[in-house]
Amino acid sequence: MCGIVGLFLKNPKLEPQLGSLLSGMLVTMTDRGPDSAGFAIYGSGNAGVKLTLRATGRAVLSEAVAALEGELGRGVEVVERDTHAVIGVPEEAETRVRAWLAANHPEIDVVSVGRVMEIYKEVGLPGEVAERFDLAGMHGTHGIGHTRMATESAVTTNGAHPFSTGADECLVHNGSLSNHNGLRRVLQREGLRFATQNDTEVAAGYLSWRMREGDSLKQALEAGLRDLDGFFTFVVGTRTGFAVLRDPIACKPAVMAETDDYVAFGSEYRALVGLPGIAAARVFEPEPATVYAWERH
Amino acid sequence: MPVFDLNQAPLRELNRTLHGLRPDTNETHWTVTGPDGRHAIAAGLDAPVSVEIEGHVGYYCAGMNKQAQVIVHGNAGVGVAENMMSGFVHVQGDASQAAGATAHGGLLVIDGNAGARCGISMKGIDIVVKGSVGHMSAFMAQAGTLVVLGDAGEALGDSLYEARLYVRGTVRSLGADCIEKEMRPEHLAELTEKLAAAGLSGEVGAGEFRRYGSARTLYHFNVDNAGAY
Repeated sequence: MCGIVGLFLKNPKLEPQLGSLLSGMLVTMTDRGPDSAGFAIYGSGNAGVKLTLRATGRAVLSEAVAALEGELGRGVEVVERDTHAVIGVPEEAETRVRAWLAANHPEIDVVSVGRVMEIYKEVGLPGEVAERFDLAGMHGTHGIGHTRMATESAVTTNGAHPFSTGADECLVHNGSLSNHNGLRRVLQREGLRFATQNDTEVAAGYLSWRMREGDSLKQALEAGLRDLDGFFTFVVGTRTGFAVLRDPIACKPAVMAETDDYVAFGSEYRALVGLPGIAAARVFEPEPATVYAWERH
Repeated sequence: MPVFDLNQAPLRELNRTLHGLRPDTNETHWTVTGPDGRHAIAAGLDAPVSVEIEGHVGYYCAGMNKQAQVIVHGNAGVGVAENMMSGFVHVQGDASQAAGATAHGGLLVIDGNAGARCGISMKGIDIVVKGSVGHMSAFMAQAGTLVVLGDAGEALGDSLYEARLYVRGTVRSLGADCIEKEMRPEHLAELTEKLAAAGLSGEVGAGEFRRYGSARTLYHFNVDNAGAY
């Protein structure tokens, strides 16, 4: 099964409420995915890049960050949230930080990298996961969330969505892909790296690859219709974009709502009922095999 | 005229109350507020009552309906009026996938569009969609009529049995064993009757439609195909 939610704000006045709105949407989708939950928030950005790190506990992260500061010879901006920590580093230091983490703290996962995007995911009920990271208190321009009922791989934090395979890029998925093993090998030859055996991570990697090769988000998804085989409803975020795509068979549910203030996605309409002005929104079911994309300007 | 607010009392209580109505009940007109996309609203009714739902509903609204009239002032999720036996279901917005699936009788009218697989495996229901229907509509449809004022998506009527399909707009493609058929006087009469039942008398003429049905070539196993298995 799985539940997906997404919210892309057009009206900046709603930005302080992004987290609380998304949290409400996510929790409503608990009965579609009680195993684990995750979300990506596109918030504020400073000069450098933000790395969202995840470890088994806070102590591991604190210790690693202190050692990293020693390694870099400078302070590192840190925001800790439960098992995750977001660190801000200069853009040119990203590769070095990643290598240092891999060598010295292999138990720490780099969940996401980006100028504005942060990703949090954990095993557990969506409501508990949202609370642990204080999703309701987060601000931002757009966000995507997922509640997982695992079918293709184990219930682990690494199997939770969103998946990110490029800076400020993330993807959530309801469905299952059948050609992910072959496609993963193709993408690995193109230089992409994968952290799991998960099918969704391959879809994320595929879009990152297409965009790296010059496609827009819309073009990348259109190419995906040709190259990705299986069931899917995808919601994708980039630094400035938000997109939705369903496979041509469209077994997996999707409902969207659009107003002057936002575009919202839910696996079911129930996820959208708490949004402001929903009664007057244009509510529609996205067509199969059709890319819906929005960009911030 | 009882009013039931689903934000004040649980859905199970609504359905239990509606299921408990006796055939001679005087409470024949119900209004349901705050549906908020909840699933299985007014499912399993079996009484000659009218239920109006003020907003969007979730999955399986008015499923298994008998006798009752259910009106949705909004959109409907997956499987509205699925397995309906008799009665009338009216969706004033759009319907999602599998509207009227497997239904044996009654009339389902959708003012907007219906998603994929509208009327899948229908067994006698009459469905009138004022907008368009998605792909694989009337898949394995056995009996009844599907009337579409707009267009039909890919593979209309795939593996069709004896249901009759009438489409006014374009058909993206026909499914296996579904063909266009001649519109004879009895079909015009049947379609006129269905349009009237949906309140479209004088608005839409039966002559504007084309008829699709089964070529009946899949009814019996063809020994020449044995090698395919």
